[in-house]
Amino acid sequence: MGNFPRQRCIQMLLEIKNLKVSVDGNTILHGLNLNVGKGETHVLMGPNGAGKSTLVNTIMGHPEYKVDEGSIIFDGKDITHLPANERAKAGLFLSFQNPEEVPGVTLENFMRTSRMAITGKPVKLFAYKKELKEKMAELNMNDGYAERYLNVGFSGGEKKKSEILQMLMLNPKLAILDETDSGLDVDAVKIVSQGINQYKNKDNSLLIITHSAKILESLKVDYVHVLVDGKIVKTGGSELVGEIGRNGFQKIAAAAV
Amino acid sequence: MEKKKTMVKDIDRTIYDIKDKVHPSYEVKEGLTPEIVEEISKTKNDPKWMHDFRLKSLEIYNNLKVPDWGPSLDGLNMNDIVTYIRPDTPMRGNWAQVPDDIKNTFERLGIPEAERKSLAGVGAQYDSEVVYHNVREEVRRQGVVYTDMESAIRDPQYGSMVRDHFMKLVPPTDHKFAALHGAVWSGGSFVYVPPHVKVEIPLQSYFRLNAPGAGQFEHTLIILGEGADLHFIEGCSAPKYNVANLHAGCVELYVAKNAHLRYSTIENWSKNMYNLNTKRALVEEGGNMEWVSGSFGSHVSYLYPMSILNGENSRMEFTGITFAGKGQNLDTGAKVVHAAPHTYSDISTKSISKDGGTCTYRSSVVILPQAYGCKSSVNCESLMLDDRSRSDTIPVMDIQNDDVDVGHEAKIGRISDDAIFYLMSRGMSEEDARAMIVTGFAEPIAKELPVEYAVEMNNLIKLEMEGAIG
Repeated sequence: MGNFPRQRCIQMLLEIKNLKVSVDGNTILHGLNLNVGKGETHVLMGPNGAGKSTLVNTIMGHPEYKVDEGSIIFDGKDITHLPANERAKAGLFLSFQNPEEVPGVTLENFMRTSRMAITGKPVKLFAYKKELKEKMAELNMNDGYAERYLNVGFSGGEKKKSEILQMLMLNPKLAILDETDSGLDVDAVKIVSQGINQYKNKDNSLLIITHSAKILESLKVDYVHVLVDGKIVKTGGSELVGEIGRNGFQKIAAAAV
Repeated sequence: MEKKKTMVKDIDRTIYDIKDKVHPSYEVKEGLTPEIVEEISKTKNDPKWMHDFRLKSLEIYNNLKVPDWGPSLDGLNMNDIVTYIRPDTPMRGNWAQVPDDIKNTFERLGIPEAERKSLAGVGAQYDSEVVYHNVREEVRRQGVVYTDMESAIRDPQYGSMVRDHFMKLVPPTDHKFAALHGAVWSGGSFVYVPPHVKVEIPLQSYFRLNAPGAGQFEHTLIILGEGADLHFIEGCSAPKYNVANLHAGCVELYVAKNAHLRYSTIENWSKNMYNLNTKRALVEEGGNMEWVSGSFGSHVSYLYPMSILNGENSRMEFTGITFAGKGQNLDTGAKVVHAAPHTYSDISTKSISKDGGTCTYRSSVVILPQAYGCKSSVNCESLMLDDRSRSDTIPVMDIQNDDVDVGHEAKIGRISDDAIFYLMSRGMSEEDARAMIVTGFAEPIAKELPVEYAVEMNNLIKLEMEGAIG
């Protein structure tokens, strides 16, 4: 599973092989395989507790998630045991489901520090501010958010927009969106979709975790994976989204066994 | 991934730690006897009332007990402390005349530069005496007096004002180290701002203790006339020695009707210092007292600036931060007495402890029976950076009438792994992520400090958090 046959020869960006992951001694992922090629958009769906967040946190390098077996190769490099910041520098980005609040650090200052850390180069202040302002406008974010403390007092929707803003400002090779659309109203979903479309080009890739088909409407989805009990049980094209909607995860999982 | 704990080093105190090889022109023997106090009084050419005041204070000192309710003072032996050390220079009004060694010390600390850029006047004390005092001409022309205490006491015009106020707010009977101060005090600044005069840019006094095993006992007396306005900045530092040093300064602030005083401090003593400082303000009707206080250094600190809200509608705000690292036990906070109706107080503090350091927040809010319609709010937050560090909160409230609005909030926290992970996922190293969170925690205080001090504070935090880098 997971290694769905590809029509054409495509360069791999993310290769996950036989990944076994535990948290506090409980195994959550039981030998998961997943390949994401350059330029591709993948969707990962699955019931609550299937291990979706475990997977994305492990890919990003959260120290609480212990890799017991298997490997994660990103852009040709084994990142299985690298700290999160090295993964970010390699071009990985995770849009958090519940991003942390950091009092005393403004969104603007945070993103500038982040860009400097990732590129290793100084950031030209004026050009940076201009770019930030433009991207905030595109996401329908009030200018004032740049000066606010990171995620402190942000509504659920503003937190998600702030994550998409960071994705746009950092322009990663692979962006993983962990339920970025959850808890958003219709208008906000539309704006976030626009942001995702603006990010996406033929070279970069997306891995989207979602419970809803709504956010996928305006995206060209290449592959859909179904994750149940720590394993990918089925992989298909975008038509799989409809099938999940009609039949539910358990039926698909049962059929796959 | 194996989780690594950040190694957090102590503050790089290089610029503070440079010890000058200065030979004092004169110093008394270590210890505390009537002979030594007589000697200090004589060498300072005290007026008789001050001579008598010193001896009386010594008597009080001998009859008071060392406080036993706070951090241990066992390492402090008064028989080892030299209470008076005169640098080998008279007070100057021009940096060019200050001896090079001493001048270079203040240059490294950025004092003359700050004076040129952003201060209305500067006083600089080295060990027991003020070596430099100057105030801008335009401020002098406003009638503002800013000079060393010794000159003020002997001044024909202001001498009696000093006598009327000196240690009246903090009497020698207040506690043992107030009595000690009364006996051996030396140096410090006197400020008088006439009624309705607004001093547009701050005055700053800087206290530098260079000699090992010495004490510094400067006295700061600030008197604001009705409707006057002043921002006063106090800075302190000392190099580290292996013997105990003692700082027992005293600050007395008189804020008249509708006057406004902002008193900002960064105390950055070395970690062999016992900092037993007493600060107190008396605020009259409609007056406004603002304290901004950063406590970074010292081995042990007892520091609780106090405000007495004596007039109706007077107010005070206290904003403070304390950072205790290895071997430090810093007991800090604030006190306020609401003695009049419709008075307002706001105490907001943050503390950071790491590497076995202890921070104790201690405060006292007293609202007297006649002080109806008062509002008081106390908010303290502590951040502990590891399991070995300690943070305690001891807020005391004594509310003696029912018509008051009093609030208290205390938070004690640690840096969450999830917050670190979030910042690391955006490219920052673990150390940088921690430093960013701690700097952010301190940001509300940094915002209140004069910009050079805010930069200094952020640098101190970054250096403290930097660990293996560089």
